Amino acid sequence: MNKIVAKEMLSENVVKLVVEAPQISQKQNPGQFVIIRTDDRGERIPLTIADADKEKMTITLIIQIVGTSSHKIANLNPGDSLLDISGPLGKPTHIEKVGTVIACGGGVGIAPLYPIARAFKEIGNKLITVLGARNRELLILEKEMAVFADEMIVMTDDGSYGEKGLITAGIEKVLLREPVHLAVAIGPAVMMKFVALLTKKYDVATIASLNTIMVDGTGMCGACRVTVGGKTKFVCVDGPEFDAHEIDYDEMLKRLNTYKKEEQVSYDGYLKSLT
Amino acid sequence: MPVNFQELSAARNQEWRNEMRNRLSAKERSNLPRVKMPEMEPRDRILGFKEVNVGLNEDAAVLESQRCLDCSTPSCISGCPVNIDIPGFIKLIEKKDFLAAARKLKETNALPAVCGRVCPQEIQCEAQCIYHKMKKAPVAIGYLERFASDCERLAGNISIPPIQTGKQIKVAAIGSGPASLTFAGEMAKSGYRVTVFEALHELAGVLSYGIPEFRLPKTIVRSEIAYLEKLGVVFEKNVIVGKTLTIEDMKKQGFQGFFIGSGAGLPKFMHIPGENAIGVYSSNEYLTRVNLMKAYQFPHYDTPIMLGKRVAVIGGGNTAMDSVRVAVRLGAEKAMIVYRRSEQEMPARIEEIHHAKEEGVEFLNLTNPVEYITDTAGRVKQMKVQKMGLGAADDSGRKRPVVIPGSEYTIDVDTVVVGVGTDPNPLIPRTIQGLEVTKWGTIVVNEETMQTALPEIFAGGDIVRGGATVILAMGDGKKAAESLHDYLQQKK
Repeated sequence: MNKIVAKEMLSENVVKLVVEAPQISQKQNPGQFVIIRTDDRGERIPLTIADADKEKMTITLIIQIVGTSSHKIANLNPGDSLLDISGPLGKPTHIEKVGTVIACGGGVGIAPLYPIARAFKEIGNKLITVLGARNRELLILEKEMAVFADEMIVMTDDGSYGEKGLITAGIEKVLLREPVHLAVAIGPAVMMKFVALLTKKYDVATIASLNTIMVDGTGMCGACRVTVGGKTKFVCVDGPEFDAHEIDYDEMLKRLNTYKKEEQVSYDGYLKSLT
Repeated sequence: MPVNFQELSAARNQEWRNEMRNRLSAKERSNLPRVKMPEMEPRDRILGFKEVNVGLNEDAAVLESQRCLDCSTPSCISGCPVNIDIPGFIKLIEKKDFLAAARKLKETNALPAVCGRVCPQEIQCEAQCIYHKMKKAPVAIGYLERFASDCERLAGNISIPPIQTGKQIKVAAIGSGPASLTFAGEMAKSGYRVTVFEALHELAGVLSYGIPEFRLPKTIVRSEIAYLEKLGVVFEKNVIVGKTLTIEDMKKQGFQGFFIGSGAGLPKFMHIPGENAIGVYSSNEYLTRVNLMKAYQFPHYDTPIMLGKRVAVIGGGNTAMDSVRVAVRLGAEKAMIVYRRSEQEMPARIEEIHHAKEEGVEFLNLTNPVEYITDTAGRVKQMKVQKMGLGAADDSGRKRPVVIPGSEYTIDVDTVVVGVGTDPNPLIPRTIQGLEVTKWGTIVVNEETMQTALPEIFAGGDIVRGGATVILAMGDGKKAAESLHDYLQQKK
C-alpha cells in the first residue's frame, strides 16, 4: 500500500514522487489534494495532486523541502511506502471553456497548477502559462507545461532564465496585449495576493488555490480557515480554490506563521537526528 | 428500546441468583455506603495525561455489588440506551465471577470499558436506581461496568460471544465512532460480513480524536477494536466515503446494507471579530492535535500545539471541560471556562466539572466573549467579554442568557479554545443522492428503525442527533443493526 514507485529531484529542494494509490488515482480531479503521513509520529500533511495515472493506479506528488515533514517525505525512496494517504480531498477545479486562460504558477505552486492548466487546455481554451521562480535552478515542470501551453512566459527574480522580474510583470504584459477571460494563480500567498491585485485592475476573473495549515482535511478541525468575501471558509472542504479577489491574504499569511517557532525547533531536532 | 422483562426474570430466578439475594437482607444492602472512585491526586495528575479515575479494586467492587437489591422489575435497565442486564452483571460481580460479568455486559454492549468511563450514568441507569426513592445514593453501575470489563481485559481473556454463521451478506459502516462500532459488533454477531470505513488514519472517531487519554486511555479503545476484529469485523482506514469510495462503488463491491455514523465533525464558531486570530482554536482542532496527533509529546511527535499560559475555553459541555483540562496539562498558569449561562445549566458531566475545579480551572460563568484582540503578528492577546444574566426558559428548557448592557471588560489571554458545539459533517449527506437532510444538516431517519429515506441506508449517532453522547450513539447503532437485519431478511 502507498508504495513509492518513482522519485526524481526536480531541483535541489523539490522532489517528485510517484506513489501507488489505487482508489485515489481513479477518483481524483484537477485541483484536489491528499493528506499523507510518513510515519506514526508524523504530521498529517496536505499535498496537492500534481498528476495521476489511472492505468498504473498512481498519483504524483511534488514537495518542496521546508521542514521536518517535507524532509521526511523527500528522504523516502522507491520501494518505501507512505504510512497513510487519504483523499482525494477538496472540491475539484471547475473546468470550462471560457476563451483565453492565463495560468500563473510560482515556485512549487507550479506543481498543482499543472493538471489544472492541462484540463483548461484540453477543454478547448487558449492557454497562456506564466511561470515564476527565484532562479533557473528552482523552476519546475517547464518542459511538461510547454507540451500543451499555447504560450509560455518564464520569469526569474535574478534573470538567470527567461525574463528578469516578478511573475506579475509577465502577467501584465499579456493582460495589456490581449483579452483574458480567466486567470488561475497558484504559488506563495504573497504572489497570489499581488497577482490578484493585478488581475483585479484589469477586471479578469481569477481563482487562487490555497495551501493552509490543516490537520484532518475533512472539515473537522478548522485549522485551515480563511476569510473570503468577509466570511470564514474552510480551505479543506469549501476550497481549496476561491475567488482570488475576495481572499484576505494578510490574515492567511499571519495564520501560516502560527507554528514558525515550533517548526524550527522540530526541524533542527530532525536534522540533528540525521547526522 | 423495550426491555424484555420475561427473559430477565427467568435469569433472575436461577438458583444462584436466589441464593445470592438471600445472603444479605435488603436492609443490610441498603445500609452499605456507595463506593468512592479512587482518583489520582490533582497535583499529580495535572503533570501528565494519565487516567484520573483509577478504578475500583476487587474488594470495593464486590462490596458495591452487594448494594444492588436485584429488584424484580429493575428500572435501571430502561435508563440504559442499550438495555444492559444491569442486575445480571452486578450479581455476577457479587458472585466474584468477574469474567462472566464481562461476558454478560458484552451480550448487549460492544464497548463496556468505554461506557463504564464516559457514559453519563448519573442521568441514565443510575438516575433510575430504586435507591433514589429511598433517599440514598444509587448503585455505582458505571464503576462496576468499568471494573468487570477491565478485569477481562487485564486477564487477557477476551471472550467472543456466539456468532451466527452462514449469511455471507456484506454490510458497511461509515465512520468508526461509537455508533458504527456498536452497529458493526451487532451485525457481526448476527453473521454478517461487516466492513467499517474510517476517514482518518486512526479508528474509533471521537473516542480517539476527541476524548483525552486522562479520561479514556487509548489502550482501552484499541482493545475494544481488537474485540470487534475477533468478531470478524474488517476495518479500512483512510477511506473517505463520498470521495475515495462512493455508496455506488460499495454496492458494486457487493455491499447490501449501510450504516452512516459519520458524526458531528464540523466545529461551530461564534463569528465574532478576531476569531481567526492565531491562537484561537476550535475544540476539535485543539483536542485532535493533542489526542490523535499526540502534540503534547512535541517535538517527539511532529505535530505542534501552542502551549498557552492564559487559556480561555468557551463553552460548558464535556468537550469544553476536556479542552480546559488539556490546557492545564499543557502548562497553562491560568485556565478558564467562559460560559454564557450558570453552572446549573452546564451540559458537562458533574464529575468533569468537579475534576476541572480540582485541577485549578477558573469558571467565568454568565460571561460571553464578544471580540478577540490581537498583537501586530495577529496573535490573540486579549478577549473582550460581556456579563450575562438569566431570563426566561428557552426551547432547551434552560434559562436563556441575556446580555447585561455596559458590562464589557477585557481579559488577557494567549490561547482561546472555542467549544460551543459542532454541526454534522456534510461530506457524506452531500454525496448521497436521495438522502433526506434537515436544515441543520442532520440525516432524517425513522426514529423506530433508524432507516433513512433510502431503504438500504440506516444512520445514527451525531449525524442524526446533531451532538449527543457516546451511549446514545451506541443505542442508535444497535437499533439500526436490528432494523437492517430485519430489512435484509425480508428482502430475501
